[in-house]
Amino acid sequence: MIGLMHYLTVAAILFTIGVLGIFINRRNIILMLMAIELILLAVNINLVAFSAYLSDITGQIFAMFVLTVAAAEAAIGLAILVIFFRRRGSIAVDDVNRMRG
Amino acid sequence: MIATLAFYLFATLTIASAVLVIFARNPVHSVLWLIVAFFNAAGLMLLLGAEFIAMLLVIVYVGAVAVLFLFIVMMLDIDFAALRSGFSKNLPFGILIALVLLAEMVLAAAAWKAGPVTEGAPVAASQPNIEAVGAALYGRYLFPFELAGLILLVAMIGAIVLTHRSRGDVRGQKISRQVDRDPKEAVRNLNPGVGEGMKL
Repeated sequence: MIGLMHYLTVAAILFTIGVLGIFINRRNIILMLMAIELILLAVNINLVAFSAYLSDITGQIFAMFVLTVAAAEAAIGLAILVIFFRRRGSIAVDDVNRMRG
Repeated sequence: MIATLAFYLFATLTIASAVLVIFARNPVHSVLWLIVAFFNAAGLMLLLGAEFIAMLLVIVYVGAVAVLFLFIVMMLDIDFAALRSGFSKNLPFGILIALVLLAEMVLAAAAWKAGPVTEGAPVAASQPNIEAVGAALYGRYLFPFELAGLILLVAMIGAIVLTHRSRGDVRGQKISRQVDRDPKEAVRNLNPGVGEGMKL
């Protein structure tokens, strides 16, 4: 029988893959954004799993809000990427040091 | 039995395609594997009985976000081979961090015990999922829902403002000048005599 722990395990593995994706694709910001989408997907699976097993709809509502923020974040991130590419001709993010941060 | 099989199928495919997203050499393949991951996650949510979220996942992620990624990857002329240079250098450290994180999450999940739900929107088993979602979204969570719409509006305006550029070297239509134009100044009637007129 599939229980809550099974879904939590899948979500934890997915989250870990997302974090690993951010670490290993340090130069490619498009893949970093995709890894962030994977992390948010893991969070959504967690929220929906808890919602189903506690028979409370709130988790699904919040999964929807996470979805909204993920879509907005992808749109803004890719817009910044486009203007960065237009100005610099590359998207290598590890030589972004204009602000000496 | 069939639900158990479906869970393992969806879970395996989700994780496998997520691995392929971050390890694919070609970013276009990454986006396509991301779409596969989203589809299988939608399947997992269907198994949990959250039909509305599952369909929303397919529509929003596959229909909008993944297409946006695909569009950007194909539009920008990027040397992706050069961007992979630090890949093997970062791999051991990344795997270490990931394993530590996974161990922490496993420990937290093992120690976790469900407390009583004190405040929430409990749903009866007979109520359809979409009805319960609608009742909660337009009742209890109306203001957060409006706020989500506002976030999308800000994101849309922000994306347009960021990527819009006005180019000086393009002749555009100036509607106000066209409307302001007076026919008396624009047309001259010289009325030349016979045999006169334009010099050729």
